[in-house]
Amino acid sequence: MFKRTLLLGAVSVAAMVSFAHAETLTIATVNNGDMVRMQKLTEDFTKKNPDIQLEWVTLEENILRQRVTTDIATKGGQYDVMTIGTYEVPIWAKQGWLLPLDGLGADYDKADLLPSISDAVSVDGKLYASPFYGESAMVMYRKDLAEKAGVTIPEKPTWDQIADAAKKMTDKSTETYGICLRGKAGWGENMALLTATANSFGARWFDEKWTPQFDQPEWKKALTFYVDLMKEAGPAGASSNGFNENLALFQTGKCGIWIDATVAASFVTNPKESKVADKVGYALFPTGGVENHGNWLWAWNLGIPAGTKKAEAAQKFVSWATDKAYTELVASKEGWANVPPGTRTSLYANPEYQKAAPFAKITLEAMTAANTSKPTVKPVPYTGGQFVAIPEFQGLGTAVGQQFSAALAGSVTVDQALQSAQALTTREMTKGGYIK
Amino acid sequence: MARSVTTQRKLIFTIIGWSIGFLIFFPILWTFLTSFKTEGTAVATPPQFLFFDWTLENYHEVQSRSDYGKHVMNSIVISVGSTLLGLVLAIPAAWAMAFSPTKHTKDILMWMLSTKMMPSVGVLVPLYLIFRDWGLLDSRLGLVAVLTMINLPIIVWMLYTYFKEIPGEILEAARMDGASLMKEIIYVLTPMAIPGIASTMLLNIILAWNEAFWTLNLTAANAAPLTAFIASYSSPEGLFWAKLSAASTMAIAPILIMGWFSQKQLVRGLTFGAVK
Repeated sequence: MFKRTLLLGAVSVAAMVSFAHAETLTIATVNNGDMVRMQKLTEDFTKKNPDIQLEWVTLEENILRQRVTTDIATKGGQYDVMTIGTYEVPIWAKQGWLLPLDGLGADYDKADLLPSISDAVSVDGKLYASPFYGESAMVMYRKDLAEKAGVTIPEKPTWDQIADAAKKMTDKSTETYGICLRGKAGWGENMALLTATANSFGARWFDEKWTPQFDQPEWKKALTFYVDLMKEAGPAGASSNGFNENLALFQTGKCGIWIDATVAASFVTNPKESKVADKVGYALFPTGGVENHGNWLWAWNLGIPAGTKKAEAAQKFVSWATDKAYTELVASKEGWANVPPGTRTSLYANPEYQKAAPFAKITLEAMTAANTSKPTVKPVPYTGGQFVAIPEFQGLGTAVGQQFSAALAGSVTVDQALQSAQALTTREMTKGGYIK
Repeated sequence: MARSVTTQRKLIFTIIGWSIGFLIFFPILWTFLTSFKTEGTAVATPPQFLFFDWTLENYHEVQSRSDYGKHVMNSIVISVGSTLLGLVLAIPAAWAMAFSPTKHTKDILMWMLSTKMMPSVGVLVPLYLIFRDWGLLDSRLGLVAVLTMINLPIIVWMLYTYFKEIPGEILEAARMDGASLMKEIIYVLTPMAIPGIASTMLLNIILAWNEAFWTLNLTAANAAPLTAFIASYSSPEGLFWAKLSAASTMAIAPILIMGWFSQKQLVRGLTFGAVK
């Protein structure tokens, strides 16, 4: 018996040694269309790099975030490449958890990255993650409904114009709602929209001394406007609507205007899924009295954890997945409309892409307009846009989001929601040592 | 007269029973139906029940994107492995508590159960570090160990209640005949407690199969069971209900079939000792 065990052990060690020749990269990623497409193109990478194998771990966004955070914070070394958002990159880079990407190769062309995105994933001028696709937020509206209601939505609308158009487009007898906005509580759900909206009304989360600003008139104006508009022209039960719920409503022709991430444009114009594919018009994120279009900017990026033992192979992969050649590869296999958007200037200059994606021009404008180092008109101690780039924001944003979601549902008033938000944010920021 | 009341009551109870049964089963049925819809139909309002264009597209997509077989194998190894290991540890423990109780037996049982009361996430980081240092991250062995520990209190409790039903005199008789402790447990106690052991085993396999905290947090590519397979089909940006339903249907199918075939055992075990 003992001999057999010994033999088995020896055989498995031998097997492991022979496997060790081909390096296997484990890549953690989210289940979004562009990522799934990348996974399907694995073969192209392994053909070019026969000594590197790829293992994919696809997870739901929240699970992925929890999973990779545990792993990177404990240096668990389970992943060689991680898909992370623009929220994590600066925080993790400052912790020393990410490797700076300095070996991406000559073809990578860093200068071609959109400046706003490049800034968002760099710390002290060094790139810590490579953007895979990026997005801002914009207005999507039904051209046919606008025409029927006799309204025009300018390319740079104000919130008042949006409200006016939404009210006129609403026809509750046919279940057509003038406006669909996120209401589901969560730092990445309603708080993304509401923080951007607040920015466009001139509000800010904190003043220069990290004092929460929910007791200021700008926040009251922004939140009152949102709640009133949604009550008058929004769908029933909006406080549980997130990106996907609104997408479903818009695609089935139940929304006049939807203001959300630019990536939505490729879904609503896809004739296979959308009933309104040929009727969508676009405009920039509205302004509310100050020159600020919300500063919504998000990108999913590929980063390499400092704990990996396969840094060189990992950089090769990151370079393959995010350079210009990858865009062309996707275009040749799946058409220009399906290439990952929002990371490279060259893509928006490409006439074929412009033809395939009618939303390209506004997307580019929205992305270039976003400035994450100056999210709002008043001075702030933080960077970000539709979020505040501090580690506490996930918890804070969700807690405040629950208050605002309750205000939308009508279970608390706007004033009560703002008071609770002010109180809980002050408490957390004091606990976190920001408020001395 | 009395007879007609009985029939009426029978009818009412039958209807209530079937309604509750259908209510409990409905989410599974709905998931199953949704898995044959397109993403658009899956979110349509009002919802479409049976009259839609049935499609196998979701199953095709899920098959082409994931290695279903690998996830199933992992699930089987982890759930069966942890249950068997748990039984090996729990049978002697339950024997001791059922047949040689001390005044602290009840306290020990309560203490065992109390370990279930701590939220799992509270020990995530320490356990993660131990797993990292011992090289157990993303390994089936590690998951078998963790799930055994997690389900051990339930296994001990269940076995304890079944063993309590077995008259101690039979074991005494075996001892009088010169059976050693080992023989007593293996040849006398275990065969008598088979229904109880079987239902404990089935219930624990189901619990381990559905465990979705540790199986997600301690695995990456190699040891990920079906819970990770399901988790990969939810998407923050883009519709996913139909594909998620297809993945869920595929993930619960094996355990559902197992439950179907062994329901007699399961019910017998769970009501074991209830009717004397």
